[in-house]
Amino acid sequence: MNAPVRNPKLLKGDKHDWQVVIGMEIHAQVTSNAKLFSGASTEFGGEPNSHVSLVDAAMPGMLPVINKKCVEQAVKTGLGLKAKINKKSVFDRKNYFYPDLPQGYQISQFKHPVVGEGIVTVDMQDGSSFEVGIERLHLEQDAGKSLHDQHPSMSYVDLNRSGVALMEIVSKPDLRSAEEAKAYVTKLRTILRYLGTCDGDMEKGNLRADVNVSVRKPGDPLGTRCEIKNVNSIRFIGQAIEVEARRQIDILEDGGKIDQETRLFDAAKGETRSMRSKEEAHDYRYFPDPDLLPLEFDDAFIAKLKADLPELPDEKKARFVKDFGLSPYDAGVLIAERETAAFFEEVASGRDPKAAANFMINEFFGRLNKEDKTIEQSPISAEQARHDRRSDRRWHDLRQDRQRPLRNRLGRGWRPARGGREAWHEAGDRHRRHRKGRRRYHREEPGQG
Amino acid sequence: MADLTSLTLAEARDQLRAKKISAKDLTDAHLKEMEKARVLNAYVLETPEHAQKMAAASDAKLGRGEGGPLEGIPLGIKDLFATNGVRTTACSKILENFVPQYESTVTSQLWRDGAVMLGKLNNDEFAMGSSNETSALGNVISPWRRKGDDKPLVPGGSSGGSAAAVSANLCLGATGTDTGGSIRQPAAFTGIVGIKPTYGRCSRWGIVAFASSLDQAGPFARTVQDTAILLRSMAGQDPKDSTSADKAVPDYEKAIGRSVKGMKIGIPKEYRVEGMPAEIDEPWDKGREWLKAAGAEIVDISLPHTKYALSAYYIIAPAEASSNLARYDGVRYGLRVPGKDIVDMYQQTRAAGFGKEVRRRIMIGTYVLSAGYYDAYYLRAQKVRTLIKKDFDNAWKQGIDAILTPATPSGAFGIGEKGSGDPVEMYLNDIFTVTVNMAGLPGISVPAGRDRNGLPLGLQLIGKPFGEEDLFALGHVIEQAAGPRMTPEKWWSK
Repeated sequence: MNAPVRNPKLLKGDKHDWQVVIGMEIHAQVTSNAKLFSGASTEFGGEPNSHVSLVDAAMPGMLPVINKKCVEQAVKTGLGLKAKINKKSVFDRKNYFYPDLPQGYQISQFKHPVVGEGIVTVDMQDGSSFEVGIERLHLEQDAGKSLHDQHPSMSYVDLNRSGVALMEIVSKPDLRSAEEAKAYVTKLRTILRYLGTCDGDMEKGNLRADVNVSVRKPGDPLGTRCEIKNVNSIRFIGQAIEVEARRQIDILEDGGKIDQETRLFDAAKGETRSMRSKEEAHDYRYFPDPDLLPLEFDDAFIAKLKADLPELPDEKKARFVKDFGLSPYDAGVLIAERETAAFFEEVASGRDPKAAANFMINEFFGRLNKEDKTIEQSPISAEQARHDRRSDRRWHDLRQDRQRPLRNRLGRGWRPARGGREAWHEAGDRHRRHRKGRRRYHREEPGQG
Repeated sequence: MADLTSLTLAEARDQLRAKKISAKDLTDAHLKEMEKARVLNAYVLETPEHAQKMAAASDAKLGRGEGGPLEGIPLGIKDLFATNGVRTTACSKILENFVPQYESTVTSQLWRDGAVMLGKLNNDEFAMGSSNETSALGNVISPWRRKGDDKPLVPGGSSGGSAAAVSANLCLGATGTDTGGSIRQPAAFTGIVGIKPTYGRCSRWGIVAFASSLDQAGPFARTVQDTAILLRSMAGQDPKDSTSADKAVPDYEKAIGRSVKGMKIGIPKEYRVEGMPAEIDEPWDKGREWLKAAGAEIVDISLPHTKYALSAYYIIAPAEASSNLARYDGVRYGLRVPGKDIVDMYQQTRAAGFGKEVRRRIMIGTYVLSAGYYDAYYLRAQKVRTLIKKDFDNAWKQGIDAILTPATPSGAFGIGEKGSGDPVEMYLNDIFTVTVNMAGLPGISVPAGRDRNGLPLGLQLIGKPFGEEDLFALGHVIEQAAGPRMTPEKWWSK
């Protein structure tokens, strides 16, 4: 499942051209009410150590019990990645000492992950696309958080995150540039959000990336890689790859060699620096967790999840292109968020879809941007947008505005149907009610022991 | 009044129900005996107030004609079981002041059924030992002595406090845990009955873990019937333990007195170890005759991988232990020895908190799981484990119902006599018992004879998975044939 032929993106060195090879390990927090092996809440932002069960704190004699919801989410994600689902997988212990790791081991999946090989189709800005192979997806526990700024000489530990379910999604080394890597994470995030298996909120740390970077001369075998740990924004992923690739090229062109090691990206300084060398790497002493039986489920379990899958971004995009005659680029923009796509479809119903797409992309998004609002907070409903008194023709013509500075486009030409402006407040209220309702629903979803 | 502490559990239960005795009197009698027997160091914590409160509640229930199957029965609890609000140390310095805010599933079921807690019982530190000599809270001195010799003896281990307390009438029954023989060996050394049930029969939730794939809780008592009564309360599926079995718990007591006619009893030739003293052979031969006389059929069988069991066990158990004990790091609870940084704090804490044997096993376990050694040790040991299971499966396929073996290769030994130089000398104590844990099977130890020093010897019966009822029926036959109960002389209360 190697990367298909596509423009080789080469970096210029003083002596040679270099190709960057990138593989990613994405840690995606599973959307679930309870933790992977305990009934404690996964809610973000609680008082430190307020969502900690006896199991999460690793009290003597405590035992993990798998949360079925998390398994369903992992399998769903596997299906969304068109991956092989392993009906039998095994939880292992990854042993190491750290204050925010109460058990002294992380329960993870090592030899037998729940999801095997899959594929993600990545869309680039220019409308082209390519495939990235997925190596595997496994379930594991998150660690707690060490707080070093609370006391002059002591560290504090917050275990709220300890035991929260993560999916580690490992790609093959199929990425060839920072841009591709960013596009891959963007697409993966979209898929996860469509599936509802991870909210993709990188600010909260709910999606983090470990980035493996190596460089080689085109045609050479793979170079020695360095792993950049825990990069927490798409922009930083791009920056980290660029500075790391440059660092490696400089070393190699000076006749040096790359040491396999783990590095950290310092966004403020715009550099990566060594965290630990291969020699210092932990020996994790993985072995099957004797407290847990192998994870097994049948075809019916998978079939049920498959039947409940939503329309995924690629399918939706293809449909928008085919049924609505949109360009792949426009379709790609509209499907990036499930809510946007739904909004668009409502606006487009009964109007010319291409005109509606044009309206969405060239006017509506700009307006939202200006107001700093998400689509859920839109001051007008899709229904109201559809009843904009301007004709399809006028919507079409909005395309010309594209050439004009963004600033000038905002707020212009907006002629909502009657009540549109007044709808502002109501829409806000409705949004809040909606959010509240959803939270209540989540809380009712049963957590497991 | 007759000595209430010498009643069997079944007798006490019946007399409580008939209101011939009260839970209060029964509990007080035991508390008094415990006080007199402190030299044995069987209890590491006496909980008289708890006991009296629970006994009073039992009397109230019994007075109304209510109460559970164990209403008013005073028990001792191995210090490996977490008891809510009551110090639980696993007899380790690292947990010396640990008071759990939760109750283990097994003990909570005992209290649900009306039992009374007398206190917490001594054991080898984290259940790692076969003589109770590794306890950070001191040795247990066996109530038994060699004929004409005052030298203190070990009660066996790791559940040494449980065995000593039951044997010395300091409770009517006790809980134990068995990872490689920690119930059966001390039961054999002290002339009482102990059963390790099938893996998964009792919940492990709230029991300080030693080796998760081998650990199993079980009861000690002075008769087979009494252990059957206790096991019924202790057993059962627990949603908090993924490895606990979803299987109904039978009324084990009904198996007592059940005919064993036509049952096929396997005698494994590999358990006749070279150089085994005649005094071990003798009760084994007798046991065979007793079962035969009761109508069972005796069949010679082979369990060819037995000889590898002990080596494999001493890889798997330490491997799991090295990981299970990682949580005792001084960060959240238990002992903390300050250090100059976090790694130093870990090292200081764990060096001070764990005793020598525990440290040894953590190091062995860490070694066998290390990169480059995993395949040669851990993986290989797991393969041996599979072969040992297959050996037993083959026996069951031949129609064997249970297997009869000696429980231990010798009678009790003196404190300090074994293992001070070569730890393997001590490990050899488990030679007849570890296979049962490796295969996850039930095993019961029943007193069956005495060694040349007059010390008790036990026979072990190994059953099919969830074949505990067979073991109780067969064990009862041996118990009846072996003659009167073995009782140590009360040298400590003279």
